Parts: sequence; C-alpha cells; structure tokens
Amino acid sequence: MSDNNLLSPNSAPYSDVEDIKIRSNYLRGTLEEVLEDRITASIPEDENRLMKFHGSYMQDDRDLRNERKKQKLEPAYQFMLRVRAPGGVVTPDQWLMMDRISHSYGNGTIRLTTRQSFQIYNVLKWNMKKTIQEVHNSLLTTLAACGDVNRNVMCNPNPDQSEIHAQVYEWACKLSSHLEPQTKAYHEIWLDGEKVLDSKEEQEPIYGHLYLPRKFKIGIAVPPSNDVDVFSQDLGFIAIVEQGKLIGFNVSVGGGMGMTHGDPNTYPQVAKVIGFCTPEQVIDLAEKTVTIQRDYGDRAVRKHARFKYTIDDRGVEWFVEELKNRLGWGLEEARPYHFERNGDRYGWVKGNKGKWHFTLFIQNGRIKDEEDYQLMTGLREIAKIHTGDFRLTANQNLIISDVTTQKKKQIEALVAQYGLTNGKHYSALRRNSMACVSLPTCGLAMAESERYLPSLLDKIEPILETNGLRDDDIVIRMTGCPNGCARPALAEISFIGKGPGKYNLYLGGSFSGNRLNKLYKENIGETEILDSLTPIIKQYAIERNDGEHFGDFVIRAGYVPEVTSGQYFHV
Amino acid sequence: MELQVTNSPFTQEQVELLNRLLPQLGEYQKIWLSGYLTAAQGTAVISGLASAPEAAQITSAAPQAAPVSKEVTVLFGSQTGNSHGLAKKLSKKLEEQGFQVSLSSMGDFKSNNLKKVENLFIVVSTHGEGEPPDSAIPFHEFLHSKRAPQLQNLRYSVLALGDTSYEFFCQTGKDFDQRLEELGGTPVVPRVDCDVDFDEPAAEWMNQVLNALNLAEGASSSAGLATGTTGAATSNAESQYSRSNPFRAEILENLNLNGRGSDRETRHIELSLEGSDLQYEPGDSLGIYPENHPRLVDELIEAFGWNAGELVPVGKNGEQQTVREALLRYYEITVLTKPLLTQIAELTGHTGLKELLNAGHEEALRSYINESDLLDLVQDYQLKGVSADKLIPLFRKIPARLYSIASSPNAYPGEVHITVRTVRYETKGRNRYGVCSVQLAERLQSGDELPIYIQHNDNFKLPENPETPIIMIGPGTGVAPFRAFLGEREESGVEGKSWLFYGDQHFSTDFLYQLEWQKWLKDGVLTRMDVAFSRDTDKKVYVQHRMLEKSKELYAWLQEGAAVYVCGDEKKMAHDVHNALLTILEQEGGLSPEAAAEYLTSLQQQKRYQRDVY
Repeated sequence: MSDNNLLSPNSAPYSDVEDIKIRSNYLRGTLEEVLEDRITASIPEDENRLMKFHGSYMQDDRDLRNERKKQKLEPAYQFMLRVRAPGGVVTPDQWLMMDRISHSYGNGTIRLTTRQSFQIYNVLKWNMKKTIQEVHNSLLTTLAACGDVNRNVMCNPNPDQSEIHAQVYEWACKLSSHLEPQTKAYHEIWLDGEKVLDSKEEQEPIYGHLYLPRKFKIGIAVPPSNDVDVFSQDLGFIAIVEQGKLIGFNVSVGGGMGMTHGDPNTYPQVAKVIGFCTPEQVIDLAEKTVTIQRDYGDRAVRKHARFKYTIDDRGVEWFVEELKNRLGWGLEEARPYHFERNGDRYGWVKGNKGKWHFTLFIQNGRIKDEEDYQLMTGLREIAKIHTGDFRLTANQNLIISDVTTQKKKQIEALVAQYGLTNGKHYSALRRNSMACVSLPTCGLAMAESERYLPSLLDKIEPILETNGLRDDDIVIRMTGCPNGCARPALAEISFIGKGPGKYNLYLGGSFSGNRLNKLYKENIGETEILDSLTPIIKQYAIERNDGEHFGDFVIRAGYVPEVTSGQYFHV
Repeated sequence: MELQVTNSPFTQEQVELLNRLLPQLGEYQKIWLSGYLTAAQGTAVISGLASAPEAAQITSAAPQAAPVSKEVTVLFGSQTGNSHGLAKKLSKKLEEQGFQVSLSSMGDFKSNNLKKVENLFIVVSTHGEGEPPDSAIPFHEFLHSKRAPQLQNLRYSVLALGDTSYEFFCQTGKDFDQRLEELGGTPVVPRVDCDVDFDEPAAEWMNQVLNALNLAEGASSSAGLATGTTGAATSNAESQYSRSNPFRAEILENLNLNGRGSDRETRHIELSLEGSDLQYEPGDSLGIYPENHPRLVDELIEAFGWNAGELVPVGKNGEQQTVREALLRYYEITVLTKPLLTQIAELTGHTGLKELLNAGHEEALRSYINESDLLDLVQDYQLKGVSADKLIPLFRKIPARLYSIASSPNAYPGEVHITVRTVRYETKGRNRYGVCSVQLAERLQSGDELPIYIQHNDNFKLPENPETPIIMIGPGTGVAPFRAFLGEREESGVEGKSWLFYGDQHFSTDFLYQLEWQKWLKDGVLTRMDVAFSRDTDKKVYVQHRMLEKSKELYAWLQEGAAVYVCGDEKKMAHDVHNALLTILEQEGGLSPEAAAEYLTSLQQQKRYQRDVY
C-alpha cells in the first residue's frame, strides 16, 4: 500500500481521482448530461466523484440491493445532499426550507451531522436541481460540502457566551467564504447560470485545477468546550479570550480520524498546537496552509492524502518553516488554554443581553417524526414563531438560540407540547453518544451504526445503573467503518464496524477530546461487547478517583495504554 | 356432434332415431352408409373405402345439384386470434368438402373483390364499446360507406364472438350481418353470437354452414357426418394441446417486479413448456385457465345455503362435481351478465330482479352488472335457498385469461414468460380480486402447475424484414411483448433500429424489467428508450407526452418505414397514443387531419401499425 516515508509524493503517478479532476474542467465533467439520463437513477462513478464537490453523492439503499436485483430493478439509487452552514448557524426560514425539501424530495427526515451540516437522503437524480435551487434561494449552499476542498467550517455554538460566539463565528464565516471554490460550474449545472465560455481563464486562485489531494477540515473551539473536537481537524483554531474579548487563536494542525482496517500506515491522529495568531491573521494563515497541502499532499495514494500524513511524513517543524516562508511572518508562542469536555450541555441557559438558548438532545442527529415523538413537527412549529436562530452542534444536537424572554414561553409551550427533550431523562452515556449514518445508505458501511447504537445503549444502561453511574458523563461513539464520521477515535468508549454485527472496541480517549483511544477487543459481537464492558464499568464505579473520567481510568487501570500520537495508534 | 332439429333437415322423431343409431356406427360403417345413401339417390355408386370428401365431390357432380359456386371466401376480424383460429378451422372443413376456400384477414382483403364473392363467411370479434378489431376497421368502414357495392348474389353468414358481460355484445358481428343483408345478401344460416365459451356454438354454426352449402348443392347429409370425423383428424394434425385441451405447465418462477413501496404488484411468471411441443412466436398470447378464489367460493356457498359436497353437473356430457369444485374450477362467479340475470329471474321468479331487467331500467342494470358479482346478487336479491343443481348450470364456464407473452422462445427455449398485474380493488365495502392475477400472486408458487395454451396472434408480429425499424409503445404490463421482441432480435442478431416508450407510476418501484432494457440499450439491441413516470412529477406525464416531445425524430422513423406497435390499456392509453400519432403526422408531416388518419390506416394495412390492446 502506501509508503509511510513517502517524502516526495508528487513524483509518483497520480491516482485516477486526480485524473477525473483534471478532465473535469473545474468540476463540470459530464454532470449535466448524465443527470438527464432517465433510464437510470444512477450516474457513472467518475461523475459521482465530481458530484461530491457539489455537495452530494450517490448512494443506494443497501437493504434492498439483492431483492431489487431479483426483481430486475437497478439498485435503489439516490442522492444524499449535504447543506453546509459555517458553525451550523441557520435562520428559522432556512430551517423551514430544509424541512420542506426533505419532505418534497427526500425521505422526510433530516440528519444533523458531526460537522454542523444538514444531510437529506433519498433525493432522486431528477429532483437534484430543484432541491439545490431551493437551498440556494434560501442563501445556503451545498457547494464544497463534500469533495477535495475545505469542508464546512466548524465553530463552537457557545450559547452561554454569546458575545464571544459572535466574534468567533464571524471568523468562521470569513474562512468559509474565503476558501470556497470559485468555479462557475455549480451555477451552470444547478442554478441555470450562464456558461463560462473560456474555461482557460484562472478559476481557482487558491485550489488550482486539481483542487486538494483530499478533504480538508477546519474547526474553531472556544475553551473550555472542545465540542468541535479541534484536534480532529486538519486545521484547528482555539479561541483565546481575555476579559470577554477575542484576542486570537492557538493554531493546531494535522488532525484527522480516517484509517483503513488492516493498513497500519493509516491511522487517526490528533492535531498538534504550533503557535498563536491574531484574528486578523487567520485568513492568510488558513489560505497558506491549504496551499501547502495542495502542493505537498499525496496525490498518488488517496488513503495517504490527508494533511495529517503530509505533516507526519515531513515533520511539524518542516511545516512551521514552510508556513512562515509563505506567510512572511511567524506564529507567536501558543497561549495557555484548558478544555474540560467535548460534549454538549443540554436545556435552557441564559446568555448575554437577556437572550435564552435551549439545547435539545437529538439522538444521533436524526430529525424525524415518529408516532410517539413528533420531533420534526415540533421543530417546524418552533421555526414558524422563532425570531432567533438555530445552531447545529458538533455533537449532532440542536440549539434553539437567541430566544427573547417573550418568545421563551411560547417555545417552552411547544417544547412541552411535542415532548422535545433536553435529554434529562436519558442516561448521561446516551446524552454523550454519537453514531454515524452507516447502513442502509452509506456505501462505506461495514456494520450498522445509527440504527444499532440506541439499542446497544439500552443494554449498557442497566449495567451503569447497577453501578450507580447513570448520571456520569461518558463519551461513547460508533461508526460503521473506520473513516471516522462520528470521530470515534476520540471517544472514551468507541466501536468501529468490521462486518455485520461485529465491531472493534476502543477505550481510553479523553473526556475533553485531546487523546486518541486504543483498540481493546477486535471484531466482537454484542454479547462480547457487554461481557467486556461490564467488569470495567464495575471496577470504574468502585475504584475511580475523585472526578476521574472513564477514559483516564481505563489507562490507569491498565486496560489499554495511553496513545500519545496517531503513529502509535496501532502499536 | 349430435344432430338436432335446428342443425339438420330432420324432424324430431328422425333426429332421435338417427342420434340413437349414429353413435353406434364405426368409421367404416359411416363411410359405407354415406356412399350407400348417395348411391340410393341414383347419382353414383360408391364402393369400398371411398373417403368422405371424394363422396362429396361426386355428389356435387350430380345433375340435379343446385348451381352453387364451389368458391367460398372466409374472412376473419381478429384481435386476439380466436376468430382467426375459428376461420382456419372452417376453411379446413370446407376444403375437405371440396370447396375452394380463400381465407383472409379482413385487413388483407381487397374490398373491390367483394362484388365477385358468392359465398362469404365471416368470423369476427367485438371489443370495448362494440368496436371491431383493428384489422377489421377499414373493411367495416368500407361496408358502411357509400362505396359499398350491392350484393344480390351474395350468400353469407356471420359468426360473432363476444362477451355477454359487455353491453355491446357481439356488436361488430351484428353490424356485418345487418349491413350485408341491407346490401342485398342472403343469410344462408342465421348469425350465431358466441359468448366467451365459444367452442360449442361455433362448431354448431360451422356444421350449419356446411350443411347449408352441401344441401344447396343437393348433397347428402353425409357432410355433417363427415365433418365430425375429419374434424378430429384435423386437430390431431395441429397439436396435442390447445384451448380445448390445455397443457399443465409447471411454474418455474413467480416473482413481483415492483419494488418495495409500490402501490402496484406485477408478477413475472415463467412457465415450462417442456413436453408440450407447444410453439409460439413473439407477439402471441398465453391463455390460462384460472381458478376462483376459495374464500369467495366458500362465501358464496354459505350465502346460498348450499351443501359444498352436493354434486352438480359441470359439462354437457353429464359429468358431475361437488358444488365447491364446480365453483372453484368450472364456473365463472365474478362476472354477471344480462342473460344470466334473465335466466335467474325466470328460475326464481324474483320480482325485484325481473323489474331490474324490465325496459326502462337499462342504466340501473348496466351499473349493477358493472359493480356486482354473484355474491352481491345473492345478498341483494335474497337468493338464499335456490337449488344449486338448477342454478349452477346456468353460469358461464370459467373463461381463459389471455396474457401477451413476455419471452422470446429463442431466448428461453422450452419456456414461456408472462407479466401479470395483480388486480385488487374495493367495491361496495368488499375487497375484489382479479381471478387469475390474484391466483398467480397469492396461491401459486414455483413447482405448481397451471393449465395453459398458446393463442397465436398474427396481428402482432415483428416485421418480416429485419432491417425495419420498430417503435414500441407499451406502458405498464403493455411492455411484455416488447421483452419478447427484443429478446428475439437479440437472439437473431437483427440490425434494425428499435425505440421503446415505457411508462408507469414511479421510476423507483415500477420500472418493469429495468435491468434488461438497460442492458439492451448498452448492447445496442434497443436503440433508444423514453420513459414517463406519471406520479414522479407534479404534472402527470404519460407515454404519449414523451412521443410528442420527440415528434420530429418519431416522424423521421415513420418516414424511414418504421413499424409501430402499441400494447396495453385500450380504453385510455391506446386512444391517447393514436391521437399522439395523428398529431405528430399533422405537425411534422404537414398533413391535414384527414390525411393523417389515412396515413395511419395505410400503416395498418401495411401491418406497420399493430396493436395488442385490452
């Protein structure tokens, strides 16, 4: 596979995805043409690669694959559409738009993602244009929600320090728009924009015609909350606040979650803090970082193309030097900071200027109506009267934000009417749980995740209750494959799918998200999962130190060694 | 075949004597007798084992024979092939009697020649609201036009096929009969109108025709006897299995083609023809004899208060079965007809039912017949207690269902495939089921057997010239024969272009045989395909809309000589498609509405516009 010591990946032949990008003429390809083909709901794989840059990719309902083949029907092809909003901040109108398109074109549910984006599912090819137009008309976009570009810029939604949020959020938006692809292809294909005749002109001053070797992620955290998992980001900013004023950011580089089972050259990594910059320097710094990855990232082996490998292969000192050369200035020394947690805090909090914020627990980020829980309808009714905004959290939850005292009563009434939950009646474990989408739509999934984690929690909760740990926060995450959408490598307990009903069990991430966990048991089913966890939980309840978190305890108790860098993840 | 007063020149007493004697005679004795009778008339002496046709020929040479032409024209107007089959049978019998028969589809018959015809026999079916089969339309129009000649020298008779559950029962046959008489023709035998179970009345009509012709020639009654024997020989020569002797085919596959979440259910059925020697071509249909739903049968028995085990007659030959068996397998219980209601009213003397049948209640009767079955009848008119023995024999025999064959015999040797949409609906607070489709969907699995036969259909055949482009329009299950067409073209490596228009409700769940069309498109067996899914868009889109969108190219294909095939729903789709074709001809060809209509008529005559609609 990949060569871990590959120092000059540019000399190796490019992967076929690079070839598709080269031929695509700035992300156009033959998308318009293949979208018109009415005999199949699919598009060719090459075009699907390009589709990602436009914020969508083709999936199929894997539950139905074999059945449909027998029925002489093609797989149930459909498109997942990702709508991004920097920091996950949207207006009530934008919320209503998402609700509307999910019903008219999708499967009637919305998924809040771990990157504070929206996903809708089940969009048929011929409805894509109408759907994207509605998104665009409400001033959101799908462009660059996926693909080898900078993805949605994450930002701590920080309801209890709304002045700080306003300052930090401003920079998230600026970063987002500065790094947005400049190609006109998106307008041409989806928005009936005028065709650009001379495609020779420079269209992507930052990315160039090849874009990045791989996706690129930026997140901004505001201590003491590390909800955005800043160390999982390619480029992280840790807000440094003095006397209620944002004075700048510590900068971290080279984090990332994805790996491949059985390939030790791939691993999750936590980002390294390399220094401090002022808010005004953030845009320049991000742009130069992106161009370094553009020029030095591995374009031959996609599994080895994330920024974390560029940094690890060449050393963080090399990067700091290269960055300084490109910027013409150097970073200051990192400032002290402290993270306490990476989860959300639920319920009502009062922020500045008398505004209120309500954080709602959304199991695995799925917004839908069930017979006994009309979550989607409840939120729609709230959106109709709400005058503040909605904030998607990095943990797939939702904040109804900036509620005036007058509106609070009405919203409380709706919250009560629809039984919307702050999660108080759930175990603290469940409130700190995250699962990726996985089956049946995700093409990468090897095992269930969103559909399975809730029922697994049902079985772990009695063990916690027996040991009096019902209200102790423990971060638990599950993904259906090792690509890491729910950032499993940073959880105290995590499960990564290996095959149907089989998971690797990892332990020992930190509660604040600054330490990777470690493989504890490989390829185990539910019975073995419960058998493995039961004695550890019991021991934790008895032997833990004051305030000691589960992830720290399992290391102290010797269940797993501490992982200080991704390069030791598999060791 | 029994002699009756109605089908012979004998008195009741003579008929009885003959009927007692004739069944006892061997083949040799019959022939000897016919020779003897002929000789007794002093015309010729037949000796030894002279065959019946020879006897007839000799007879016709008799000086006292009437001067009747030996030339007979048999015309058929056939949609599904039944009329065609019967016309062939009649021709064969006539030829065996020494007549020179010219057998032709009405569509191929040159109407100018009608004036020269002296003996004309017509077999024609009726469709929809009393309409002629497609291929009969031009001839039907010609006869009813001013151009129709006077036909004083014409001797004719009509055999009409139809279905008494339709209001305009046998209307086309009636039209021909009436019109030929108006034009001066002489009906040599009265028209016979056949219900769906047409075998017996059709055979009687043929005998009458043969008798009448032979009598007119002064022939002996040997003709009737002779047909009996040669008839048997004929069916042997054709095939062991037929409509009247169905083959029990094993089901190889039975699956639903509609994906999960669909409002529809369409079964793809594969049947084995192994050991049957049955042959078919793309475009032919498969006849299936279904069984009634056991639940409905039980409900009916209960509603009538019958004893399920009581024996009732199920055939003309005194065969008996239990009430339950009879209702399951022999009789139709899901359709009411006016004749049946009339007979029941007579049998029971029910005043309410009689009133419904009286003049002035036609509309009420029509809607009652349309919406009701026997179970409704027994409940609505309190018929509980009517004797099974008397009532059940009044029912129609359960008719076979015809399905357009969905396979090419070359692509699937020894198999035949069909595509059947399951019919389920609710009327008057009760769930109703299509007899055959629900049997296939719910009660038959791989390994079970089903009585089937092949119904040949010459009116739906691929062009003889393999280079001829074909345009196929088949929404829903109408796409079935095109799977056969393309399978056939793929097997034979035909080069001609092809274009398929398909539609249904939803792309995701209702795209029948989607993977197969995709493959044929990729391989070039299918040149192009346009689809319309009516429920996927705000505005409903159907195949005719796609045709109109592509009118320029479609017209160009027609000009290149393409043949057009339409299969599926008759009531709406076929008419809409027809109108779309007219519009395209007017729009792209600059034709007047009349010229466009003529263009299509001429396509029909050239067999370039063929329909299999139902």
